[in-house]
Amino acid sequence: MPRSDSMDVTESDVLAAAERWRREGRGVALATVLETWGSAPRPVGSRLVIDAEGNFLGSVSGGCVEGAVVGEAADVIASGVPRTLEFGVADEAAWKVGLSCGGKIAVFVERVD
Amino acid sequence: MRLDLLAALNAERLARRACVMVTELESGAQRLVGLDQVDADPLAGAIREALALRRSRLVGEGAKRAFIAVEVPPPRMLVIGAVHISQALAPMARLAGFDLTIIDPRTAFATPERFGDVPVIAEWPDVALPAYGLDPFTALVALTHDPKVDEPALIAALKAGCFYVGALGSRRTHARRVERLQAVGLSPEVIGRIHAPIGIDIGAASPAEIAVAVLAEVIRALRSGVAHAEGVAA
Repeated sequence: MPRSDSMDVTESDVLAAAERWRREGRGVALATVLETWGSAPRPVGSRLVIDAEGNFLGSVSGGCVEGAVVGEAADVIASGVPRTLEFGVADEAAWKVGLSCGGKIAVFVERVD
Repeated sequence: MRLDLLAALNAERLARRACVMVTELESGAQRLVGLDQVDADPLAGAIREALALRRSRLVGEGAKRAFIAVEVPPPRMLVIGAVHISQALAPMARLAGFDLTIIDPRTAFATPERFGDVPVIAEWPDVALPAYGLDPFTALVALTHDPKVDEPALIAALKAGCFYVGALGSRRTHARRVERLQAVGLSPEVIGRIHAPIGIDIGAASPAEIAVAVLAEVIRALRSGVAHAEGVAA
């Protein structure tokens, strides 16, 4: 099972995986970087696909907040309600997951229906 | 995202057509907007700008906040000439995210032993290019030094609106090339899109150094957005 933020993974791979996983009957969420402030590691539009088991492909931060996004994705897959997450150094939760670059990012998480 | 929208988006990417996915953040409503639908979209101006700059972005405030995700095909690099510079350029370009193909009709050069799993097409550009399908998301790098091989590819790349067109050769070689391209009816403006001498000026000497200079120039063209805007308009 792919668990990777490898530099070889392209945006096309992520979107193709989202479609394939959903067709396989898996619960699937798609996370997209909406906005960045300061020195964020991944550009706006970067994507991460997550399934209900916590498998994921792609990246929204180069590894800093993926764990937190995967956790939130489980709720989004269950509820179907999209949400916007913010991570930054001013944020208590962000300290824990550690966006060490000092940047700030907003990530939109939605279910693939 | 609805599965049918996701499937349509993947189909557009596979067909190498640019489009945008608009998400209204409040309602979660989404729509896929193809190039031929941009003018009719309520966010036409913002979408055009995002496409020209290849940059996804948030627009609007409050309940009207929407995210425009720019979906452009992955960049490709087509190298004319299975030469030493290409041997160095192929792995570098792949690491930088380019889908790379080499064309060289000289079968002694175009061998799998020299290029590993990089696709090498041992055909003349005129034969190979229609199937390859040059487009505005492709960089054309001509490295054979041989006008018979390079120039048909350069002409095809200029006509297809490739975001980068570069050709190896000294200023003198390029001056003669410009004369020949003018003779076949290309305008000075169109010919002026060719990067020659090829590569940014870092004093590159070895094949690997020239490959770095070429890759840097291609990336600058990709990220500047200017050539891309022309391609979208074409």
